[in-house]
Amino acid sequence: MSCFHLENVSYRYEKRPVLQGIDLRLEPGEILGLFGHNGAGKTTTIKLILGLMQPDGGALSVLGGQAGDPQITRHLGYLPENVMFYPQLTGREILSHFARLKGASVRQVPALLERVGLGDAMEARTKTYSKGMRQRLGLAQALLGQPKLLMLDEPTVGLDPVATADLYRLLRDLRDMGTGIVLCSHVLPGVEPYIDRAAILTDGALQAVGDLAALRRQANMPVTLFLDPVRSTAALEAVIDQGARGQGLLTRADNGRLRVEIKAGDKMAMLEAVLGSGEVADISIHQPSLEDIYVHFIGTGGLAHRGGSQ
Amino acid sequence: MNSVWTIARKELNDSLRNRWLVAIALVFATLALGIAWFGAAASGQVGYASTPATIASLASLGIFLIPLIALLLAYDAIVGEDEGGTLLLLMTYPISRSQLLLGKFLGHGLTLALATLIGFGVAGLAIAALVEDVEIGNLAIAMLRFIGSTVLLGWGFIALAYLVSVRVGEKPVAAGLALAIWFFFVLIFDLLLLGSLVASEGKLNADLLPWLLMLNPTDIYRLLNIVAFGNGPQLTGVLSLGADLPIGMAGLWAALVLWVALPLAGALVLFRNRRI
Repeated sequence: MSCFHLENVSYRYEKRPVLQGIDLRLEPGEILGLFGHNGAGKTTTIKLILGLMQPDGGALSVLGGQAGDPQITRHLGYLPENVMFYPQLTGREILSHFARLKGASVRQVPALLERVGLGDAMEARTKTYSKGMRQRLGLAQALLGQPKLLMLDEPTVGLDPVATADLYRLLRDLRDMGTGIVLCSHVLPGVEPYIDRAAILTDGALQAVGDLAALRRQANMPVTLFLDPVRSTAALEAVIDQGARGQGLLTRADNGRLRVEIKAGDKMAMLEAVLGSGEVADISIHQPSLEDIYVHFIGTGGLAHRGGSQ
Repeated sequence: MNSVWTIARKELNDSLRNRWLVAIALVFATLALGIAWFGAAASGQVGYASTPATIASLASLGIFLIPLIALLLAYDAIVGEDEGGTLLLLMTYPISRSQLLLGKFLGHGLTLALATLIGFGVAGLAIAALVEDVEIGNLAIAMLRFIGSTVLLGWGFIALAYLVSVRVGEKPVAAGLALAIWFFFVLIFDLLLLGSLVASEGKLNADLLPWLLMLNPTDIYRLLNIVAFGNGPQLTGVLSLGADLPIGMAGLWAALVLWVALPLAGALVLFRNRRI
C-alpha cells in the first residue's frame, strides 16, 4: 500500500491552474524531497494529500483510502510552514489537546516532548518559546500517534545546526521503521544526504522525479574534476587534451590546480588517461549537487519565479 | 463526539484561565444586586421594590449587556484560529469543520451559561436571604425564567458571532461586524420598527405587526420576562405590540430557541465553504 499516489492530478484556483498533470507516489520507508520555487505548488500538493482541498482532476489515494477521511487522517502527521500555537497554553497542554483530537494516547506527550528536546520547557507557555522551540513543538505534534505518512514543510527553519542534525537523524529512524516522509525545504544542501528521492516542481508541473543518480543522468550535467599536477600544469594539460579528444572544457584555477568539466559518460576514460600518465598528484571529483540539479530544472529564470506567492 | 468535547473543554479552560467566566459572573451579580437594592430609587426610596419590577429592570439591562458579552466571547472563534495559524493544523486532524464549530459553541455556550447561572443565581439567593417579605416561590420561578432566557439570548448572539467569524478573513473585520450586529438588534431595530409603523399610517396589516418583533431576539427576550407577569409592569414602546401576539409563552421560548438554531445552522453551512 502506497503512502500516497497521485495520478494526473490537477487543481485550479479561481480558474488559474495551480497544479497540472501531477503523477507522484510515495512508498512506506521512503523520504521524498519536494522542491520548487515559491508558488510552484508544493503547499497545494501537500494540502491535497491532507484532504484540505479536492483535486479538480485526476485520482488521489492516501494510505489506500480517500484523502480527508478521518480514519486516514488519524495516520498522517503534518508540520506546516511557520507553525503557530496557542500562546497562553504550555507546550504540554497544547500537545495533550492535539493528542486528544487525534485519538492518540495523552501519556506519550512527555516522552515526545523529551524526544524533540523540549523536556525542560514543557511547562512553559508557548508565548515564551523561541522560533526553534515552536518548530520542535510542531514536530512533536506531527509525530503524535506514530503516523504512517509524515509531511514536513520547512522543518529546519529556526533550528540550530545540532538540532537540525538531530531532526534528520530522527527522520531516518522513522523511515527505517517504515514511515513515508515528505520533506519540503529550500535548504537543499541540508536535505541532500537524507532524501531517497526528489521531486522538482515548477509552475504547477513536475519537472523531474527520481533518486539523485537518476536526476543527474536526466539533467546530463558535467562532472567537475580538480587536478593537482605533479610537475607543471602545462604537462598535465597536454595529458587532458589527449584524453578528452577535444571534448573536455578546460579552465585553470587560481592556485595551480586544473579544473575540468566533463560529461559523466566520459569521466572514467579521462580518469584512466590522467592516472596512467603519472602527471597528476591529486584528484577531487565534484558531482552535480542537488542544488545544481535544482537550478538546472528550474531554469535560469529562477529569480523571476521567486515572485510567486504560496 | 469526543473531539467536539475536546474543543469545548479547551474553550472552557481558556475562559477560566483568562478570568472571563469569573469577570462576567461578577458583573452580573453586582448589577443584579444593585438593581434589586436601588430599583425603587426612582420612587424615592431605597430597598427591594418588587420581583416583577426587578426582573423587568434586569431584562432591560440584559438586552444591552448579554449580546455584547456573547459577541465579544465568540467573534474570533474561527477567524482567530485562522490568523493564529492553528485552523489549518486543526483541519488536518480527524475532526470535521462541523465538529470544530459545535465544539466551540459548546465551550462558549457553557462559559456564558455558567457565568449567568453563577452571577444571577448568587444575586437571587442574596435577595431571597436578605429581603424579608419576598415571596420565594415567585422569585425562584422568575429568576429561573430570567436566567434561562438570558442563556438562550446569549447563545443566539454567540451563533450570530460565528456567522461573521466563519466568513471573514481578519479579526478586526469580525470585531467590527460583531459590533454592527449589536448595534442593529439592540439600538436600531426598534427604532426602525417604530419609524415604519408611524410612516405607514396604519396601512400595514395589523395582524402582521406583532410578528415583526420575532425578527429581533432581544425583543423576544424582553417579552418573555415582562409578559410573564401578566398584569405586572406595563409594556411600553414597540413591546406593546407583543400583547397582541397569539403565540403565548411557549411560542416565545420556541422563537428564542430558533434564534439559536438558525444562525448556528447558517454558520455551519458557511464554514463548510470557507477556504483554508
